[in-house]
Amino acid sequence: MRRITVKLFAHLRQGRFVSRDMDIAPETTVARIVEQLGINQDEVGVTMINSRHCSPDAVPGEGDTLAIFPLVGGG
Amino acid sequence: MSDRIFRVNMSDLSVKLEECPSQWAGLGGRGLTSSIVASEVDPCCHALGPSNKLVFAPGLLSGTVAANSGRLSCGAKSPLTGTIKESNAGGTAAQMLARLGCKALVIEGAPAGDRWYSLRVTPDGVIIDTEEELVGRGNYAVAESVRQRLGEKYGVISIGPAGEMKMAVANISVKDPDGRLRSHGRGGLGAVMGSKGVKFIAIEPTDNTISIADPERFSRASRAFAQALAKHPVTEGLASYGTDILVNIVNEAGALPARNFTLGQFEGHDSISGETMHERIKERGGKVRHGCHKGCVIQCSQVYNDKQGRYLTSGFEYESIWAMGADCCVDDLDIIAEADHLMDDIGIDTIETSVAIGVAMEAGILDFGDGREALRILREEVAKGTPFGRIIGGGAAVTGKAFGVTRVPVVKNQAIPAYDPRAVKGIGITYATSTMGADHTAGYTIATNILNCGGHVDPLSKEGQVELSRNLQIATAAVDSTGMCIFTAFAILDDETCLPALVDMINARFGTDLAAEDVTSLGARILKTEHDFNMRAGFTAADDRLPEFFALEELPPHNVKWDFTQDEIDSFWDF
Ligand code: SF4
Repeated sequence: MRRITVKLFAHLRQGRFVSRDMDIAPETTVARIVEQLGINQDEVGVTMINSRHCSPDAVPGEGDTLAIFPLVGGG
Repeated sequence: MSDRIFRVNMSDLSVKLEECPSQWAGLGGRGLTSSIVASEVDPCCHALGPSNKLVFAPGLLSGTVAANSGRLSCGAKSPLTGTIKESNAGGTAAQMLARLGCKALVIEGAPAGDRWYSLRVTPDGVIIDTEEELVGRGNYAVAESVRQRLGEKYGVISIGPAGEMKMAVANISVKDPDGRLRSHGRGGLGAVMGSKGVKFIAIEPTDNTISIADPERFSRASRAFAQALAKHPVTEGLASYGTDILVNIVNEAGALPARNFTLGQFEGHDSISGETMHERIKERGGKVRHGCHKGCVIQCSQVYNDKQGRYLTSGFEYESIWAMGADCCVDDLDIIAEADHLMDDIGIDTIETSVAIGVAMEAGILDFGDGREALRILREEVAKGTPFGRIIGGGAAVTGKAFGVTRVPVVKNQAIPAYDPRAVKGIGITYATSTMGADHTAGYTIATNILNCGGHVDPLSKEGQVELSRNLQIATAAVDSTGMCIFTAFAILDDETCLPALVDMINARFGTDLAAEDVTSLGARILKTEHDFNMRAGFTAADDRLPEFFALEELPPHNVKWDFTQDEIDSFWDF
């Protein structure tokens, strides 16, 4: 297993959490983690691993931080 | 009723109503303010002298039922940057001016002596009155007093004491539908209004409606446009969390400038985030969503109350929160809100002023994080125009010079806003090349660099950034001419029904036959007009540069520097 930190933002926090450590099997993709959290794929706007944008197929490594955002805008 | 130019000469206190010349007929908003300034203002004039002109123009669609179309453009030569300037704001004024048949309000000349005036815009022209009572008063008091004198429904455009003192950070306030304030924030336009001796402009309410060449086509298009906005996912976030929703994502990306641009992340980000603001507004009985004008379907604004549940501020924007928050290391949202209220009332740009305070912190005048002292400086120094207050009121560049600071985040003397250009390279190109000085809205590459709107371009790579910034700056110049709020751009970027609907509304309103490409070429033409003004004012490619420290100092956490060559930046203008 790999231990990673998952952070959620905006309405994705509702009924879930702000930040939590999770143990995932090696080779688990970002898309799979999103699914495990019960988040609809099309609610997700941006994902970052260690502050870098990543694709749904990216695989977080031991100790990584995965941040999941809905589509947001502003400026 | 045909749209006319309302011209007020403050030298001889005369008013003229002119038919709109045909070459300006297809222009509105920024396209019109920039065209008028470029053709009538000597680029080498003193921005606070009689030769400068202050121009207000509603957008092409302002005053119609088109969603989010009530933005007002204000233009002049900027006393802060020395460049041409357009700054747009919400509030009720744009829609009201448009319904009065006022295509543009041009204020020129300068009064003799120290007298102050008010202007009242009516369907028949403009009435100039002397004003004594409100001289020295803040924008909230002006809005309230005009309400008492003339009634609830009048539109109000005003300056606070900072504008009267002609500070380069002075902004212009516009009353919103609930009597609160929106601002033409950037570039010191409040000082230009002050130099014309105009304390406030009241706009008479009218029952007139805008004439529409093809009403049926218009309502079809406007429905499609409103639907595209309403269903775009960004709208939901903006309505719930406001623009402050950006704090956490920009922080996560390592691009949130903190401690006067020495860090890319702010420890206290959570306490100033949109999520925290949302909770607090709900707890205190404020309003999570609020539109800055009637017809806004996105409603990014809000009403933020203090601990006692009393109104503190509204239109509490990410940029303002970042500037007093992360940049000055103040992690208390209530203090930031109080500062926001004060700055709106004094009539100063929250970005420019707070970044100037951050520079003063760097100089050791006050400590980073000392929000209470920042409030005192606003109240007792800036509002009163003490010598130190006037240094801060001169903006970030002046403050840096006064205290010998080398890390001064400005381009063309205008403070760099809430995204570090080393960690979001596209926005760096926008800061460098914008005709307005450092301005994020001019070409908001954050959409694509960070938010995955309109695709994704890696924020840390140089690849594709010049082109991205160019395309967005051209599109923005066009959108800024329609009266549309810039947040419509997210839907325009992502939803292919949105731009055609926008163009269709313009065609239906004016009986024209424009295609989407015509709108793009309009944007390109506006940028060239503005760039040409700046060149005639003495600017060169050497001014399209970021401050040296961005190339010398690495920004954590990505440890990146600004690394564009001069030729790469200059290729922006190859169009
Ligand atoms: S989205 Fe915000 S800025 Fe735009 S029109 Fe609505 S309230 Fe005003």
